[in-house]
Amino acid sequence: MLSRVADAIYWMSRYVERAENLARFADVTLNMMLDLPSGTPEQWRPLISATGDDDKFFERYGEPTRDNVIQFLTFDREYSNSILSCLHAARENARSVREAIGSEMWEHLNQFYMSVRNAATDPDALESPNDFFQHVKMSSHLFTGITITTMSQGEGWHFARLGRLLERADKTSRILDVKYFTLLPSLQDVGSPMDDLQWSSVLRSVSGFEMYRKRHHGITPKRVVGFLVLDRKFPRAIIHCIDHANQSLHAISGSPEGTFWNPAEKRLGLLRSELAYAEIDEILSSGLHEFLDSFQSRLNSVGEAIFQTYIAMRPEVDKNDDDAAMGVRLWPTHR
Amino acid sequence: MQQSQQAASQQQSQLNFRNYDTGGFFDELIDEHGKPRPGAQILLQRIEELPDGELLLRQEMAERALLRMGITFAVYGSSDGVEKIFPFDILPRIVAANEWATIEAGLKQRIRALNLFIDDIYHDQQIVKDEVLPRAILDSATSFRKQCIGLKPPRDIWCHITGTDLVRDNSGQVFVLEDNLRCPSGVSYVLQNRFIMKRSFPWLFEASHVMPVVDYPSRLLSLLQHLAPDGGPTPTVAVMTPGVYNSAYYEHSFLAQQMGVELVEGRDLVIRDGYVCMRTTSGFQRVDVLYRRIDDDFIDPQEFRDDSMLGVRGLMEAYRAGRVALANAPGTGVADDKVIYAYVEKMIKYYLNEKAILPNVPTYVCYDEEDRKYVLAHLDELVVKAANESGGYGMLIGPHATDEERKKFADLIQKDPRNYIAQPTLSLSRIPTMIDGTFEGRHVDLRPYILYGDDIFVLPGGLTRVALRKGSLVVNSSQGGGSKDTWVIAGPSGDQTAVAAAEADESAATAPDDRSQVSTSPESLK
Repeated sequence: MLSRVADAIYWMSRYVERAENLARFADVTLNMMLDLPSGTPEQWRPLISATGDDDKFFERYGEPTRDNVIQFLTFDREYSNSILSCLHAARENARSVREAIGSEMWEHLNQFYMSVRNAATDPDALESPNDFFQHVKMSSHLFTGITITTMSQGEGWHFARLGRLLERADKTSRILDVKYFTLLPSLQDVGSPMDDLQWSSVLRSVSGFEMYRKRHHGITPKRVVGFLVLDRKFPRAIIHCIDHANQSLHAISGSPEGTFWNPAEKRLGLLRSELAYAEIDEILSSGLHEFLDSFQSRLNSVGEAIFQTYIAMRPEVDKNDDDAAMGVRLWPTHR
Repeated sequence: MQQSQQAASQQQSQLNFRNYDTGGFFDELIDEHGKPRPGAQILLQRIEELPDGELLLRQEMAERALLRMGITFAVYGSSDGVEKIFPFDILPRIVAANEWATIEAGLKQRIRALNLFIDDIYHDQQIVKDEVLPRAILDSATSFRKQCIGLKPPRDIWCHITGTDLVRDNSGQVFVLEDNLRCPSGVSYVLQNRFIMKRSFPWLFEASHVMPVVDYPSRLLSLLQHLAPDGGPTPTVAVMTPGVYNSAYYEHSFLAQQMGVELVEGRDLVIRDGYVCMRTTSGFQRVDVLYRRIDDDFIDPQEFRDDSMLGVRGLMEAYRAGRVALANAPGTGVADDKVIYAYVEKMIKYYLNEKAILPNVPTYVCYDEEDRKYVLAHLDELVVKAANESGGYGMLIGPHATDEERKKFADLIQKDPRNYIAQPTLSLSRIPTMIDGTFEGRHVDLRPYILYGDDIFVLPGGLTRVALRKGSLVVNSSQGGGSKDTWVIAGPSGDQTAVAAAEADESAATAPDDRSQVSTSPESLK
């Protein structure tokens, strides 16, 4: 498979997943507001923190009001990680490889993007925001479904899955980080209905509420964190994402799991082993925030290694030839 | 949807041909007595029998399908690379069997002569020595590529893929308007238009005996595979595109997909040990044949424009060494020069000793003093074209132009006579087209596609381009043109079994799962 094509498929898939997660964050926050006792200040600030793009928001919007935050996360063309921008990037990537993915995938993504683009210019689009965010989530599910059911499960498919799962692992860790951070200081609320509400909203944002209930019943912060980080069976839990991403990475090169042939496999394999032998008590006692922070930066280094291994390859003859090297260095992919 | 149905019911009464006015033009479907032309009876009759509003509904469904499938083109100069659908009209153009036979023979003859011409001028230039083509015209042809002098393409074939533009005037005579020997585009629309028409009117197809076009991608693939340098069992073929922002990107991607080959950009390719290689996730992989959809000027910065970011440094060297095949060969653009076009009938006589079956549009060469005088005196009647422009740019349609525009062209011609030709303004044939819910006549041309491999193959059909603006003669998609499906009706002989066989193949050929197999299993290529 062409390196450029692999890169575009990986990012196409990552961006669709990113758009879906943004819709989840916003949707769940909206829902939670409805349950808050009247007079409680609305909690939109944490959503901005979850993106890690606080600077960009405050520079242009100022107050984190409901409308500002939703506009920023949903329809802001200037912000490269808004739902609209993500879908635009996903579609541009897909367009550059439409001969490599099936026409059903392309057509669906094309329609998905056009529906959100049309909503962006429709003043009534966010009249019922739940419907809109539900549409984004469902369209993303459909895209994943089409990918799984129509695309040959070769290299391209594994690059798509790799992109999707690395993105999902990152987003689950971010929502957890932000919620834990904001929920932690209110010690007097521990065990109160308020606390319950907030933690169930964390679960709901990753569609994990019902699955969690089946497994653990009562909601405690420790169990929720354990569920979202270390539950192998829950498809949005960090360890589940990393496990399956690791499988795809090995499927691409053909190397056996548990070994490594390149830096990407080494880094992801190490990360996976640590999660495999981690316990929730250890994570919490050494600091959840520190744990998540280090997880995110190691995940980034996995992404970097994938790029170096599979995408940024140069012919050896180029080393002493500036002109030729120039021609090869151009990767203006949408990422 | 509801609105459109309302609109449909208001206008359905006009969707028949009783009040259709051919306006004194040659009409492709209806003769001067208001009767269907040969081959069009069934179509017109069945269309009129449709229930109220049905045709409009089908038209809308077709447009929605095109948008959903992303069958679009980019318009240069429009903001943020917005794509548009190429407007599509659901009423097809019909070409009767005997007329097609003439067109097919004429195109084969013309391509054969043009290929001999290109080979000649990059070698002995006998046609110039024999004074059939003036030396000065060849020497001043900006599309003549000195880098191609002495090249020996496989089996001396230069122009493998051609899309010739044909027009018809009031008398019904078909003329060749342009040859397009570089990177003719549009064949993807031929295939997609047909796909949509078959979905919209399956019963009409059965009744009409339409010749299939569906086998174009597999024919193109075998042609390309035949060009491979060492004739290995499974040569690697790739389509080379300038990238996603090119106006024909959709087509490049579609053809690669249909042939099951890689779509590459210049940045995907490098020269290693003298061979062309793609950068893949498992290392460098050799490419044997490039169907390049990039103009000569941009394919290799080492030999052509050195500011090109689209090409591959060293590609021409590899080509000369016979380590990669290119389709079309570099240098074919010289025959697209509109001044050289004026000599094609003479070429046919010179190389084949035959009379041209399809005539050129009569052409005044401004380089010639007498012609120039005539052109300058008759600018209000003529169409003036620059020698190396395409896509409807750089031209003057005298009768529709202002005095100021005519004066501008008079100056241009006097400053650089070599760069201009002029032709009489043909009153192009028209065809009924759905405009605001009724049929109105609109001008059309026809671009058939020709493949030159072992033999010359003319795809039975082609892209019918229609000037949607009332009275307009410009059919280019960049200038408000649309397209129609073109139905070549099978002759009375054994053709119909061929039709049935090819149509039966179709579902297999277009199924997405087939893609990977087309490139790897030689049996599927026949």
